[in-house]
Amino acid sequence: MNYLTASRSGGKPLFLTCSFPTYVMSRVPGMNKSGRGACPRFGKSFLLTVLLICLLPAFAKAQVQEEEVPSDDPVIEQRLAHLSKELRCLQCQNQTLADSPAGLAADLRREIRLQMKAGKSDQEIVAFLTQRYGDFILYKPRVTFTTYLLWFGPFVLLLGGLYILFHYIKQRRDMIPDKPLSADEHRRAEELLASLPGKETT
Amino acid sequence: MLKYLIPLVIFLVLAGFLAIGLTRDPHELKSVLINKPAPAFRVAELKAPEKMISNEDMRGKVWLLNVWASWCVACREEHPYLLKYAESKVVPIYGLNYKDRREDALAWLGELGDPYTASAVDLDGRVGIDYGVYGAPETYVIDQAGMIRLKHVGPIMPDVWSEKILPVVQELNRQGAAK
Repeated sequence: MNYLTASRSGGKPLFLTCSFPTYVMSRVPGMNKSGRGACPRFGKSFLLTVLLICLLPAFAKAQVQEEEVPSDDPVIEQRLAHLSKELRCLQCQNQTLADSPAGLAADLRREIRLQMKAGKSDQEIVAFLTQRYGDFILYKPRVTFTTYLLWFGPFVLLLGGLYILFHYIKQRRDMIPDKPLSADEHRRAEELLASLPGKETT
Repeated sequence: MLKYLIPLVIFLVLAGFLAIGLTRDPHELKSVLINKPAPAFRVAELKAPEKMISNEDMRGKVWLLNVWASWCVACREEHPYLLKYAESKVVPIYGLNYKDRREDALAWLGELGDPYTASAVDLDGRVGIDYGVYGAPETYVIDQAGMIRLKHVGPIMPDVWSEKILPVVQELNRQGAAK
């Protein structure tokens, strides 16, 4: 257990906030190098507040998280990179195991590395995970009775849409009367066309 | 008439689905371990680390496994209720101290009280993986034969206790007594 470090379950190291005072010092009026600013008292108390806030993480309870040690076998790392892109982190559900900084994701990556090292195939590892976390851990849902609608619904909608489209076109076509013009109508049409300026009639 | 009814019907169906969707918690996933044997563990006990604790030790009785940690904010929320439930002696509550520092965990129990018959230590979260833990607190109801009968994710507030957990525990106890 010599890799034990503390980090929040959310991921980002807590100490990041502590680069803030140096940033503030260069920005806050009265904190210029000469020390004779317009409002030095405000500057000092502000800085003190920020520094005190920086101490807070020291009192925060943290999750125990072993540091992630990549495998020395590049094949395993490659397989992990590939496989973890298809698995969901259950803590931050819209992230893959590959992207998630959550503690659980790191634990699962460690477990996958161990199993790969032990010679387990990708399918065996996926089976191991789904036995514990369910199909939800898979980004690509399985084709089962409950996911039929998900997989085939779009095609049903497409076919339905096509049916409605054809039906509509056919109905429109039927609406246009297929009656030939009478002799009188024909003559009037000829006259109208002839009256158009610059148009020759046949 | 139909022309105006169809959009209304489509709207109502859609609104219905969305309304149901709003009431559901996407973080609450159905456990695949329901009615399956509780995964085996054998780890150190929190208060007596030289002793090992295993799920087999609880065989023959109905028990709760409550996943907790001192860093878990929602665990603090359920803690006073857990103390009350433990005091009622309806069912023994065992803890799974999940990815916690030992001194933090002991300080938490010292400060807030210890509702657990015993707590198993899961330092690296490996037991948690076997149980499909994805967020503390989680609580499992395990029967006499060592089968998981119910899983609840989130704090066990009084309504969850009386409507979800207690009925299952009482039913299992009744079945156990009938045998």
